[in-house]
Amino acid sequence: MNSQTGELAGPPHVHHMDARTAYGAAKLGMWLFLGTEVLLFGGLFAAFAVYRWKYLGEFTHASKHLDWRLGGLNTAVLLVSSFFAAVAVDAAQHNDNKKVVRNLAITIGCGLLFLVIKYIEYSGKYHHGLFPGTAEWNSPEFNESYKCFFGLYFAMTGLHALHVIVGMIVLGWVLSLARKNRFSRKYYTPVEVGALYWHLVDIIWIYLFPLLYLVA
Amino acid sequence: MAESATGEKLNYLNHERGLWSWLTTIDHKRIGLMYLFAMTIFFFVAGILALCMRLELFHPGPDIMTAETYNVFFTLHGTIMIFLFIVPGIPATMGNFLIPLMIGAKDVAFPRLNLLSYYLYLIGAVLALVALVKPVGPEFFSNFLTWLGLTGPVDTGWTFYAPYSLESGTAVVWMTFAAFILGFSSILTGLNFIVTIHKLRAPGMTWFRLPVFIWASYATAIIQTLATPVVGISLLLIILERVMGIGIFNPKLGGDPVLFEHFFWFYSHPVVYIMVLPAFGIVGEIIPVFSRKPLFGYKMVCYASLAIAFVGFFIWAHHMFVAGISDKSAIYFSIATFGVAIPTAIKVFNWVSTMYKGSIRLETPMLYAMSFVFIFLIAGTTGVYLATLATDVFYHDTYFVVAHFHYTIQGGAVIGLIAALHFWYPKITGKMYNDKVARSAWFLVFVGFNLTFLPQFVLGMQGMPRRYFDYLPMFEPMHQLSTIGAFINGAGYSLALLNLFYCAFFGKERAPSNPFESHSLEWQTQSPPIHENFEETPVVTDWPYSYGVPVEGGGHH
Ligand SMILES: [Cu+2]
Repeated sequence: MNSQTGELAGPPHVHHMDARTAYGAAKLGMWLFLGTEVLLFGGLFAAFAVYRWKYLGEFTHASKHLDWRLGGLNTAVLLVSSFFAAVAVDAAQHNDNKKVVRNLAITIGCGLLFLVIKYIEYSGKYHHGLFPGTAEWNSPEFNESYKCFFGLYFAMTGLHALHVIVGMIVLGWVLSLARKNRFSRKYYTPVEVGALYWHLVDIIWIYLFPLLYLVA
Repeated sequence: MAESATGEKLNYLNHERGLWSWLTTIDHKRIGLMYLFAMTIFFFVAGILALCMRLELFHPGPDIMTAETYNVFFTLHGTIMIFLFIVPGIPATMGNFLIPLMIGAKDVAFPRLNLLSYYLYLIGAVLALVALVKPVGPEFFSNFLTWLGLTGPVDTGWTFYAPYSLESGTAVVWMTFAAFILGFSSILTGLNFIVTIHKLRAPGMTWFRLPVFIWASYATAIIQTLATPVVGISLLLIILERVMGIGIFNPKLGGDPVLFEHFFWFYSHPVVYIMVLPAFGIVGEIIPVFSRKPLFGYKMVCYASLAIAFVGFFIWAHHMFVAGISDKSAIYFSIATFGVAIPTAIKVFNWVSTMYKGSIRLETPMLYAMSFVFIFLIAGTTGVYLATLATDVFYHDTYFVVAHFHYTIQGGAVIGLIAALHFWYPKITGKMYNDKVARSAWFLVFVGFNLTFLPQFVLGMQGMPRRYFDYLPMFEPMHQLSTIGAFINGAGYSLALLNLFYCAFFGKERAPSNPFESHSLEWQTQSPPIHENFEETPVVTDWPYSYGVPVEGGGHH
């Protein structure tokens, strides 16, 4: 971060390294963790690539059952949320804990909105019998390539939704620290790594959206 | 020097006391020891399962168990040994203990995360144990267990191959979820080590002054962080597929079982380097100390670790030559697999060259290290047979594979770990082990190990399939040799570990801080080290292998 020039101060419990090292360690650690997340989803993306190639026509057809307007709305919601997360980091670097709280609250709110829209989509699938476990899904007439497409759809979006929830919990924790005025120009590591994680959750959705909704 | 209430020198073992101080510790040394205790238990449990199987195989036909029990036994032997013992293995125990000490740091980068990894490991272990439960008792209770998916011990083998893992009536969901949690623990450990090695090296500890164990641990940590998520997602998909009936790997539901094998081996080939790379590092530390010569080709040893980790990511499908993959990709995977032999051979040459014209002391750690080199040579060359397409078609799924695997993993990783436990024993405990007992145990391990698995190469070449409960009478002599060897081997491990545990708790002989005269940083602090490792942050001016080279003030070290 360019605004970080002077000495950094660490949280009280970091006794075994100086503040600058702790800051660098936390950032490197989070980047590595994001790498593992990319690989976790990478498996799903690879599976999707394989089956899209195997069931080209069916996947195109199945994709039409997804509402691109709801998916697009959710994309917008997450992009907006990422913007506010970035503003929160900037606010922390300028000693403004109140602004951190405000912006993180908006970010978390966007996450919640995302989940609500996702829930609407899922329940729509349930009513149309495109949900695992419904009578239609289990009937012998149900196209097996649909089981594959919607299986991947629910696995990918479900795992992503889980990450949204985890991200909201992480940002909620950061928010609670900001309410205690913990952050300053010299120490804002949790805000930054929390926002990094949130950006990744956002980016994964940006890949999921065209792949699942716009494949037709 | 600070002293405890009883007048002893303060160290990491006595500066706090009581079980609670252990369970809540964030000291990397204590966490390493806690892993060691838990893993030792699992090692013996899985070892006893192996001995039961060997006993069953002493004669053809059913002797002490049914075929179904045998299936459960080999699954549990594999799953426990792999996921609960050898994957956390050297990194979780020796890596935790040594990495901060060797680079001159006070702890790992994220001590709390380190403790979290340990508890995730324990949770994974508990889930794996729960998965053994059979639906028993009154009807409502057994129905409840069935509803929970606890339908009996898993019989799929440790590989969880689809579609059988999707159809098996056993508690696959529990076992795969346990493996998923254990994988998470492994990822966090690897991540912690990478950051530690990058950020917490002492002043003057440049990359090319790092001990080779650090290089090996670094390469291992990269595999832990990058390969484990992929097996994580494949296990998760198995769970989703069983619970929700979605179709990813099951051909009945439009899935492709070969895709599971790709995902599984994308992790499970590199994972053998998680097991064995740290052992390479350990041997690289031990051989120069007991040869009193600088490590030969130090930089090549460092690069070779990274090369093995890197190439290891691109050769996974050598496990699938008979699984219906295309000829072209089979040829690629075969040739690429030969590629691993190059950095591995570099390491072997460097160890042997280090010993050449050295003044070798055959102390117990050195005996294990030399056995490692001998055994690993056999492990590596038999690997080439399996990487070769024409021969693999015959050897695939025979005892040849079982023998090759155990030569690399037991002869490599386990013997490496035992070597490390003896070598760093004085540092960890502040005591000395009983040398006579340690040497006899080594002899039993070495003889027993080779007697167990050399006949299995022969069995494989004769066509004995792996995982079979019964066999033709022609295989009986080799099976009997193997069973006798297994019991000698087991006696050797029991004796070695009993010796270590007994001397740690009841031994009288105090160890000096550097009994083997190593130059590495961890030996320059007291034994056992203080809680913060060093009185003052050390400043490093040299690499750790200048043995036998004249130093300032005359004399040789
Ligand atoms: Cu392999």
